[in-house]
Amino acid sequence: MQSKFYKKYRYSLILLRELVVTEFRLRYQGSVLGYLWSVLRPLFLFVILYLVFVYFLKIGSGVPHWPVALLLGIVLWNFFSEVTNNGVTSIVNRGDVIRKINFPKYVIVLAGSVSALINLAINLVVIGVFMIINGVQLTWLAFAAPFFVLEIFALALGLAFFLSAAFVKIRDINYIWEVIMQGLFYASAIIYPVSMVIDRSSQLAQLLLLNPIAQAVQDIRYVLISRANPTLLTLSDGNLFIWLIPIVLTLLILFIGARQFKLRSPYFAEEV
Amino acid sequence: MSETVIKVDNVSKTFLLPHEKRNSIKSTVVNVFKKHDGAIEVQNALSDISFEIKKGEFFGILGRNGSGKSTLLKILAEIYKPTSGNVSVTGKLVPFIELGVGFNPELTGKENVYLNGALLGFSKREIDARYDDIVSFAELENFMDQRLKNYSSGMQVRLAFSVATRADADILLIDEVLAVGDADFQRKCFEYFKSLKKMKKTVVFVSHDMSAIREFCDKAILIEKSKKIKEGSADKVASEYSRLFLDIDDETRKDQTNERWGDKRAEFTSVKITSPKLLNDKSTHLSFSAQFIANQDIDTLVTGSSISNAAGVEICGTNTQHKRQKIEDIKKGETVTVNWEYPNIFSDGTHVINVTLHGPNSEGVADWWEAAGSFNVRREEKSPFPASPDIKLQLVR
Repeated sequence: MQSKFYKKYRYSLILLRELVVTEFRLRYQGSVLGYLWSVLRPLFLFVILYLVFVYFLKIGSGVPHWPVALLLGIVLWNFFSEVTNNGVTSIVNRGDVIRKINFPKYVIVLAGSVSALINLAINLVVIGVFMIINGVQLTWLAFAAPFFVLEIFALALGLAFFLSAAFVKIRDINYIWEVIMQGLFYASAIIYPVSMVIDRSSQLAQLLLLNPIAQAVQDIRYVLISRANPTLLTLSDGNLFIWLIPIVLTLLILFIGARQFKLRSPYFAEEV
Repeated sequence: MSETVIKVDNVSKTFLLPHEKRNSIKSTVVNVFKKHDGAIEVQNALSDISFEIKKGEFFGILGRNGSGKSTLLKILAEIYKPTSGNVSVTGKLVPFIELGVGFNPELTGKENVYLNGALLGFSKREIDARYDDIVSFAELENFMDQRLKNYSSGMQVRLAFSVATRADADILLIDEVLAVGDADFQRKCFEYFKSLKKMKKTVVFVSHDMSAIREFCDKAILIEKSKKIKEGSADKVASEYSRLFLDIDDETRKDQTNERWGDKRAEFTSVKITSPKLLNDKSTHLSFSAQFIANQDIDTLVTGSSISNAAGVEICGTNTQHKRQKIEDIKKGETVTVNWEYPNIFSDGTHVINVTLHGPNSEGVADWWEAAGSFNVRREEKSPFPASPDIKLQLVR
């Protein structure tokens, strides 16, 4: 059974491995600090946002361990944006290879996302250190966190598939996506606690959390850091159907993205 | 007898070429309102091609530039999807449309071997096993930890070729572009082809060079203007191919202005081959006469000629200035005939005659006519070199 699977996907696996390794090698080539930058970048962003929003504007002072929750949000957001932003141009960037040899094109998009996953893993270690320093108590609920990380990954991957296929034909996509990402950043409750929105209106907070990224980030904050982080489930008084909306939305985007990619990929070589 | 490994069934390929590239949303939106703008040109790259390749065959696809042969190769490699028709391939197929696919100048030679190998379907372990072999064949032992951007182009080609030759595929697709590079590399290429033949591999070889096809291929097809016009033994197809060049010979060639230019203060009126148009091992020379007419009074003219092979390599040539012959004080309307005689040093294949008419030191071109005539050479000895003068050798042992 396993060997059958391996046989079918042998070429894809070989390629995936080599592309991920290549991407990792190339990313910080020539820089003195190298891989350290994948940790330093979100840390510096965190310091800036912490100074502006927590220190001066006093946002999130009521939420326990908010600085850690803020850093966690930034790291997760960076992961999402890395997968999608790398994804958009990935097919076009590999145009020279696509025109010369036939191989499963999804490997290109997947390779970009795997290196983002590795980055995320490194960053999560840093978060772990911060959690210990901050005295965060872990519970059994923490085991639910990978599920929500997977949700963000699935959403990002679905979008990356869709966008990369569309970008081959319509070269405006990357600019459009840049604008959408800026809006999405503020609509995903990364730099402000959801409790601030609840103060205005509970409905608005629920609506905000229908966004899969906001929902997943809040859920991860809830299970890892503090029960004081409201989630879609706590806001809707445990209504599972409402909680399922962003999950179904994620799966739908993944399905549509993968399907669109599969339909278009035979023509990449002549269109790219 | 033996099994069919590639079967091509009524394959057609059309490309839609929008004249105005509509790659942004704005132009798409603007153009939505004028549906029938007729800006899309349909280009038939291949129409209704069918053939079969048997196991162990060395199969040639011959055709001129733009005939569609490269498109066909890309369809066989499953890079392009045929618009209609079917291609079925049995066995592991490795395409060499270009050497060193995926090479990245920022990576070291070693890293590139693994990357390129992965694209050809090698796992890390398989490359590990072949690595030393690849490096020593490429003769790059001391350079593998250097970045590819510091390699000379010759070193890059050697490395890429070395990886490619280790591909153990059942079927190989080879584009003629492989045969670029210096003479030493070309020799290696030819040796590799010969070894493939010995190993009874199935090879599909695309070329516009009929002598290469004749030398290596058992069977071949000829593609012209997107259609298959001939199929059969390599020899037969190659001679049909040379007829394509002869068909547009002499008089009709005059109309092809893209190969002819100049200010026409004097111009060629005819270029006639006076020796047989087919040279063989016994032929001693090629002779032709070029006649030109002066359209005005001219002080000094220099006329020259040269011979190029089908690959476009100029083999030899000279002009009246080099030969210290003077053509001076030509009156308007005067015609001059130059009789040329070249020794038969040419290699197997189609050759063309180029004639030129200009001022001293190649200044002020009056009439520059490429491929004014063409002739064929048939030789027993196939040579990868552009010229085949009668070389004597003596073994002493």
